Amino acid sequence: MSGLELLAWEAPGWGAALAAGLLKSVLIALGAFSLGLLIGIGGAYGKLYGGPVTRDLLAVYTTIVRAVPELILILILYFAFTSSINNLLLAWGFERIQISGFVAGIAVLGVVQGAYATEVLRGAILSVPAGQIEAARAMGMPPLMLAWRVTFPQMLAAAIPGLANLWLIATKDTALLAVVGYAELTLVTRQAASTTKAFFTFFMAAGLLYLCISILSTLIFGRIEAWARRGQVRQEGR
Amino acid sequence: MKDTAAPSPEAIRVDELHKSFGAHHVLKGVSLRACEGDVVAIIGGSGSGKSTMLRCINFLETPSSGRISIGGEDVAMRPDGSPLNRKQIERLRQSLGMVFQSFNLWTHRTVLENLIEVPVHVLKTPKDEAIARARKLLARVGLAEKEGAYPAFMSGGQQQRAAIARALCMEPRAMLFDEPTSALDPELVGEVLQVIRGLADEGRTMVLVTHEMKFAREVASHVIYLHNGLIEEQGPPDQLFGAPKSERLKQFLKSVA
Ligand SMILES: Nc1ncnc2c1ncn2[C@@H]1O[C@H](COP(=O)(O)OP(=O)(O)O)[C@@H](O)[C@H]1O
Ligand SMILES: [Mg+2]
Repeated sequence: MSGLELLAWEAPGWGAALAAGLLKSVLIALGAFSLGLLIGIGGAYGKLYGGPVTRDLLAVYTTIVRAVPELILILILYFAFTSSINNLLLAWGFERIQISGFVAGIAVLGVVQGAYATEVLRGAILSVPAGQIEAARAMGMPPLMLAWRVTFPQMLAAAIPGLANLWLIATKDTALLAVVGYAELTLVTRQAASTTKAFFTFFMAAGLLYLCISILSTLIFGRIEAWARRGQVRQEGR
Repeated sequence: MKDTAAPSPEAIRVDELHKSFGAHHVLKGVSLRACEGDVVAIIGGSGSGKSTMLRCINFLETPSSGRISIGGEDVAMRPDGSPLNRKQIERLRQSLGMVFQSFNLWTHRTVLENLIEVPVHVLKTPKDEAIARARKLLARVGLAEKEGAYPAFMSGGQQQRAAIARALCMEPRAMLFDEPTSALDPELVGEVLQVIRGLADEGRTMVLVTHEMKFAREVASHVIYLHNGLIEEQGPPDQLFGAPKSERLKQFLKSVA
């Protein structure tokens, strides 16, 4: 079969299977990135304003996650995550369940993303000029509204480049889920390649798909950053 | 809620205020009283505690001890000076328009958005009403055509006038100014002072920390000279500036003349 036939949508082409893998990768990346953001917001505020115990725990979390290679973390977290849920279920007298690779993938990658997001957001919050927050406090704005309407939009411009990086890392880290047997893009590609022996065709195709995600993401984040920077005087060299 | 029967009810009252930062005793028992329509000017050397005193009035700094009441309402404080009731602090802050040395306009919002932010989102004023009020105020401070501009693209004088309009847009009972012209280039000071003078002329209650002695003498109804966290001398402006009693105040006035 020629390269194009191999990539055809219908069987015996692998196009549909690759697209399904791509979709799963993107969805997991989206889920992990969102979970990472939530953890990051909590983590950043905890590190900045939390008590000593909170801060120590968060320091342990971000240090470990950032020190250990992602592949190892994913293996550890994946098996720890699935087996601890099952242990809990057994302890409460329920049946063991098969945890979906999708949910586990999001949880595991989300925990990894969360550590990096904590640092990105902590730096961004610190970059908000104190006077901007003080002005809102002086006018009687309640703390949650202040965080949402002043701190958040102000820190966004500083956070976007870091967050864009995290998102790209999230899309690529989904490939690591192949090691735990989850049929995302990379695993599907490997299956296709080993079945047909057309390694070059399939890995090129997968590479191009990852590249497309990256280019599209860069465009979208560029838009968001331009919006977040509204009101700022353009710095030279930007 | 203005009591029109009484001639001039008390707007701000501070009694025996102390404030320490760690071991650094900055305010050592200062008191201040501003009735409606009063313009109280606080003068003094750098580091004498002027800003700290002003910032304690709306609890941007937590007093170490003392009593503060706004519009006749005592602020509930713990024995250590910290506010007992966050809601009360927020409500009282809404009645005190604060203007900072560094303007502190929100840079991600246009001038008009800056003005209506708190009225709409905190005070729940209907949006069109807030916008109408904001436009009137902008016209008044000479920024009618700047409503769509972002603060970073305006001069310091324009930013400070917008910041004053933002504070007024909450319809506060009193205004607090912390050296509103100290960050400005000399040629921009006049336009801001003119706006503040206008407010004084219309009978606004205000507490004003300033280095502009001439201006303080012209607009203030009462002047407080702060030295090392204590009130060294106070009185009507003509007395304080015309016939200072304390040696330190004489020195100070000479040094800033
Ligand atoms: N947040 C703070 N932490 C520690 N010290 C402070 C703080 N704010 C002010 N101070 C100190 O309090 C003193 C009075 O400051 P301030 O009220 O700003 O003086 P002024 O406004 O009269 O120049 C200064 O010695 C200053 O260093
Ligand atoms: Mg000061």
